[in-house]
Amino acid sequence: MTAGDGGAKRGLRIIVCIKQVPKAQELSVDPVTKTLKRVGVPSEINPPDQNALETALRLKAERGGEVLVLSMGPTSFDESLERAIAMGADRAYLISDRALGGSDTVPTANTLSEAIHKLGSFDLVLCGEETTDSSTGHVGPGIAGHLDVPQITYCSDVVVVGDRVRGTRMIEDGAETWECALPAVVTVDFGCNRPREPSLTGKIRVKRGGLITRWSAADLNLDPAKIGLRGSPTIVAKVETVQLPDRQGKIFREEPAVAVALLLEALKKDGVVLP
Amino acid sequence: MVERFDAIVVGAGPAGSAAALTLARKGFSTLLVERARAPGAKNMFGGRIYAWPLFELVPDWQKDCPLERLVTKEGMAFLTEDASLGLTFDSPRIGEGRSASFTALRAKFDAWLAKKAEAAGAMLVTGIRVDDLWRESGRVKGVVVDPDDRVAADLVVIAEGASAALVRRAGLKADLEPREVSVGVKETIELAAETIEERFALSEKEGAAFVYAGYASGGLRGGGFLYTNRTSVSLGLVVSAEDLAQKKIEIQDLQTKFRMHPGIQKLLQGGKVVEYSAHLVPELGANMMPHLAGEGVLVTGDAAGFLINNGYTFRGVDLAMTSGIAAAEAAEAARSAGGMSAANLRVYERFLRTRNVLTDLERFRKAPLYLKNARLFDVYPRLLIDIAERVYQVDGTGKERVLATALEGAKDGGLSKLTMLRDLIRGARSM
Repeated sequence: MTAGDGGAKRGLRIIVCIKQVPKAQELSVDPVTKTLKRVGVPSEINPPDQNALETALRLKAERGGEVLVLSMGPTSFDESLERAIAMGADRAYLISDRALGGSDTVPTANTLSEAIHKLGSFDLVLCGEETTDSSTGHVGPGIAGHLDVPQITYCSDVVVVGDRVRGTRMIEDGAETWECALPAVVTVDFGCNRPREPSLTGKIRVKRGGLITRWSAADLNLDPAKIGLRGSPTIVAKVETVQLPDRQGKIFREEPAVAVALLLEALKKDGVVLP
Repeated sequence: MVERFDAIVVGAGPAGSAAALTLARKGFSTLLVERARAPGAKNMFGGRIYAWPLFELVPDWQKDCPLERLVTKEGMAFLTEDASLGLTFDSPRIGEGRSASFTALRAKFDAWLAKKAEAAGAMLVTGIRVDDLWRESGRVKGVVVDPDDRVAADLVVIAEGASAALVRRAGLKADLEPREVSVGVKETIELAAETIEERFALSEKEGAAFVYAGYASGGLRGGGFLYTNRTSVSLGLVVSAEDLAQKKIEIQDLQTKFRMHPGIQKLLQGGKVVEYSAHLVPELGANMMPHLAGEGVLVTGDAAGFLINNGYTFRGVDLAMTSGIAAAEAAEAARSAGGMSAANLRVYERFLRTRNVLTDLERFRKAPLYLKNARLFDVYPRLLIDIAERVYQVDGTGKERVLATALEGAKDGGLSKLTMLRDLIRGARSM
């Protein structure tokens, strides 16, 4: 047991960073411009962020406190912030400003960190491991860097013990558990829990309104040179679409025992399975 | 913290939205909860709405109500495998004033009415299925979605539709029995507006409403319907659940045969089935009604069995909306009388009576039972078509007078004159 465990439990202040993304299974790539076709595609909370939110809500149920949701993006993100509140978050904050358009992960982490500063003290910042629409996994660690707090990444289990957080991450041949002092940043593994459905009480709170706060770049005193396209060092040099090779497709219709033997034979012949 | 309202209405169909709209107007803080993602998405009906309650509910309804066509043509027909004997009635007057009726699509109509309730101040929440009533020491205190998700209210208005799950859980009604319900199926068949107008002899905004007996339901108790929408036709069946189960017949097979009937095919040729839906239909009207009022709870619409099927008109949506209005009136009266006790809420029945919901239901109390006479759906359609064939076939072998032909047909159909006479008298009485 670590120091502080067993003492009087105090509520946790948890900030969950979420992004709204197009539903992955409904996305396609424009063959000409080679960019994602986003128009008309329904949105959702980035699935790993849903796991982070679920983690936060469970911690709150256990320890008390509050869950704040933070996001950066266009006002259409309200849809996801409302869903997060309907799921049980206490309040939500959206940083929305044209000047932030085109931000890559560097200004995004910077901007979110400034917003977290503005929110005051916190115990935990939870992020999804990465987003499904860009898959960098940079933002969580970037926030930890800006805030200068410890981080544990890719956690599938998060436990708060006294004033410390313990995160378990799956690695190739097992699991490892790390522990660090609060406040900390933890990024959460995709699929590590089952995000709850919005509740009636939560949806009523959304309808009653007043739980989403909007901030502009000016509200956060952001340096114009450090945000948006100007503040983004990433250069997209080239985009290629990969043509999937046609598969031959063969069905082995023999008795199962025979079919398996024939299948193995064929896979060995093609070098898929080593002899 | 538990959220609370003066009233919670469960279900944003015609009954629920009408109740929520009227409650909100009367100053009740009102929550309207719908299980589908949007009002109307999970709802189903034949296709026609009698407009009269809208004159009170949304006085300027004609301005933006998403109606498909005003019904100006009514029809009924008996079918055998390949023949039909029908009667149509055209009159601009059936589409006029308070007796107007129109065809509609529920996804649009229900969404429209729910919006009116919202505009009146009710809070609409969708995508939530209410699992149970919150009951404590014999009275309803709100709704339960799951044990950690309860919302409190002085009054819960149940407008959950035909399955009546909450009504049963609240102990206001016993479990549904097969004889109390029919199964409704409906196909929406897309056709160009001009094609519909040409085939049904309608002008631009006019619509037709047809009912079918006999082969339509495969001789089982029930019948078929056809309504013209703007650019589609609703074709469907309502068939006794008891008969389907007993005869082990799948209703979709009946529906396919009905659609393929030559008389129907002529009307629908070239159309594309774009939607298929099915739903329970409360069948026994006044004979299956639950307790309509309890401690802190009222039951409206299909959940209360407010449906009239007398063989030539099917009414549900108008009764549902009216019962919603009456529920709100009862709530208002109960509030003035000191609270939402069962005793105070019992005025609901009186309001249902002054609004002719209960009176109409009671008037046709016997119709459902009469309609349960299997001869109506099998023997008589055949007989009528047989007689018509005898009357109209001229082949030089000599003709009898019509009455003699009819009696001969009846004899061949295995019906005694007495049985026929008895059915005729019963029919006339119950309708």
